[in-house]
Amino acid sequence: MGFESLRRSLLAGERVVMFTRADGAGLGARMLVWPDGRAEGALGEADLDRKALALATAETLPATGLREIEGVEVFVETYEPLPQLFIVGAVHVAIHLVHFARRLGFRAVVVDARSAFATAERFPHADELVVEWPADYLARVPLHANTYCVFLTHDEKLDNPALQVVLEAGVRYVGALGSSRTHAKRVAALREAGLADELIDGIHAPIGLDLGGRKPEEIAMAIAAELVAVRNGRQAAGKR
Amino acid sequence: MLDILPDVDRWRADGQRVAVATVIRTVGSSPRPLGSKMAVSDAGSIAGSVSGGCIEGAVIEEAQSVLEDGLPKRLSYGISDEQAWSVGLTCGGEVEVLVERIDG
Repeated sequence: MGFESLRRSLLAGERVVMFTRADGAGLGARMLVWPDGRAEGALGEADLDRKALALATAETLPATGLREIEGVEVFVETYEPLPQLFIVGAVHVAIHLVHFARRLGFRAVVVDARSAFATAERFPHADELVVEWPADYLARVPLHANTYCVFLTHDEKLDNPALQVVLEAGVRYVGALGSSRTHAKRVAALREAGLADELIDGIHAPIGLDLGGRKPEEIAMAIAAELVAVRNGRQAAGKR
Repeated sequence: MLDILPDVDRWRADGQRVAVATVIRTVGSSPRPLGSKMAVSDAGSIAGSVSGGCIEGAVIEEAQSVLEDGLPKRLSYGISDEQAWSVGLTCGGEVEVLVERIDG
């Protein structure tokens, strides 16, 4: 049933559309189509296969659901790559945030220039652990509309240049930890660096939904909750 | 799908046969979105879910026969169904599920 191919694609973070016949005659017949036009399997009728191929290679991928194609009921599943979360700052909160974020379906990458913090021992659960200046790293990885960035270092040397990179790239979410005083300083520094106000206003600060917690795991949960709210379209960018 | 993969991989590595149930249609309020999956092994292990717990028992039973003969099944559950007496949906909606065996 194409399970192995689907499995490989999902683990590789590929985009793929799976068609499964849901009608009596061909129940369970299956075809997988990748947006580049590669296909595997067949639905049992040439017209049907052609239509499925066209749907899965169109600019807008079909929504997951049952649909009628060439008079046949077909269940369509569109798999998008996981949203990626970059956590700048391998701090205590980050350890908990990686747990929550992965459980919630984010690919979690931790970045910090300080090798004392960014250790495999502290982050065995991260999808990736990067010891590098965050601004350098974020400037060379693909940042797309499904990218979320959280800044936790408390160190403006690390945070601010990296903040500038992701704000200019136009990612889905940018949040930065810190008191309102810290944030005011940050805003001033970013303005000084020439960043437009409407970009700066996109930073979620104070970061996280207001759960009233102070412990690292509570702060991590507040941030994770905000990521979910944004992913589900429940919260616009900016201050809460 | 990703949520059930670790369990499915482990069961298959152990040589168990596995069936997967997918929510393909919902009417009214339903606890799990389209495409949600539950995996069932022939040893009786379960991963994931296709409802808030109201139809899982019935689906698991059907999955055992799919594991036996390898023939996919399309099942519907809901208040309009006579099965409602035994496996009524607390949410009052309708759910259709496709169950198939993983063969490769």
